[in-house]
Amino acid sequence: MTPADLDFVAALVRAHAGVVIRADKAFFIETRLGPVARREKVPGVPALLEKLRQTPDPVLTRQVVEATLMQETSFFRDRAVFERIGKVLLPELAARRPDGRLRVLCAGCATGQEAYSIAMLATDLAAPAAVEIVAVDFGQFPLEKARTGLYTHFEVQRGLPIRRLLAHFDKIDENWRIRADLRQMVQWVELNLLDDLTGLGNFDLVLCRNVLGSLTPEAQTRVLASLEAACRPDAVLVVGAQETPALSAAFRPAGSPGLWQRSPTVAPVPSSASTPVPARTQA
Amino acid sequence: MKRVRTCLVVDDSRVMRKVAIRIVEQLEFEGVEAGDGLEALTYCRAAMPDAILLDWSMPVMDGIEFLRRLRAEPDGARPVVVFCSAESRPERIRLAIDHGAAEYIMKPFDGDIIASKFEAVGLI
Repeated sequence: MTPADLDFVAALVRAHAGVVIRADKAFFIETRLGPVARREKVPGVPALLEKLRQTPDPVLTRQVVEATLMQETSFFRDRAVFERIGKVLLPELAARRPDGRLRVLCAGCATGQEAYSIAMLATDLAAPAAVEIVAVDFGQFPLEKARTGLYTHFEVQRGLPIRRLLAHFDKIDENWRIRADLRQMVQWVELNLLDDLTGLGNFDLVLCRNVLGSLTPEAQTRVLASLEAACRPDAVLVVGAQETPALSAAFRPAGSPGLWQRSPTVAPVPSSASTPVPARTQA
Repeated sequence: MKRVRTCLVVDDSRVMRKVAIRIVEQLEFEGVEAGDGLEALTYCRAAMPDAILLDWSMPVMDGIEFLRRLRAEPDGARPVVVFCSAESRPERIRLAIDHGAAEYIMKPFDGDIIASKFEAVGLI
């Protein structure tokens, strides 16, 4: 892949997903695009990109962009965060709702481990079925996997306690499938986080972890505004433990790194989520 | 100075013991080994380890029998036992947990899996 090829891909990914690709990612990008080239039956990644330059087909563009996005995730990733969510946040939020109904948003859910981790924590509550999880991702392929709830031997041994595996999964040949009651708690939505998220409704708990750091400053501002707008007045927003988002004054640190509590008494800054980002073109 | 903790690796495969010991040493344990449950029990009677990585199916004395006897020893409740076995049937895994194992690793494993499981039980 030539520097010009990398620039071409980086411009596409920036325009369509608001994600920054660094120059040292050339090898990673080429590895990820290999399977797309094979599916398109072209002799290699340079030929794939040439094809896209000739005809900017929206479906192929989408596939190329999707293939370059990081999908790194695992069950209960950053254990301390999930411990706090399970032991403190979910019970507190549920206690404040007379019907126990809670809505959780996982923004950038990749292959679904985060959403299912929340679903497993919800089973510890008095009314787990009252917890509704909406999980959003740009990628069609990771969402397909998430929807089936089928994970490999290696995936279920990273971060997932053995008791949870036994309690919530069935063994199917060499893989493990999360049970139907937990699958039914999650609704999977294929959506670009740069798009209008208001249709998803409002949430008590919003997770967007290790996504913001990869975005352009403009995309970051836009996604943060959408996430803030999706938060109910007493909601908790969770970002990556190492991320320091520029949140409005309505959000205060909530005890552990990456956790932010929205204060019902502070009016949030008016949302700019409905303003379109000029750089973005339709995928 | 902080005491170096020991992890006893119990497996009838010498290759498996070598691989596991290299991993637990990277996690800053002193790795010691035993080739079956009886050898492991003898080791524990002399010096109780902090952690035990325990295979199930072994000659002389298997992992479950070892665990049962270990827990009957004075101070035998102390070591954190993590099973590490090719056995992956859910009802068998449950049996190991019911016998007092803190965690369970299904073979094949890698360093990340051992680190993740050790973290989950508070060993690291």
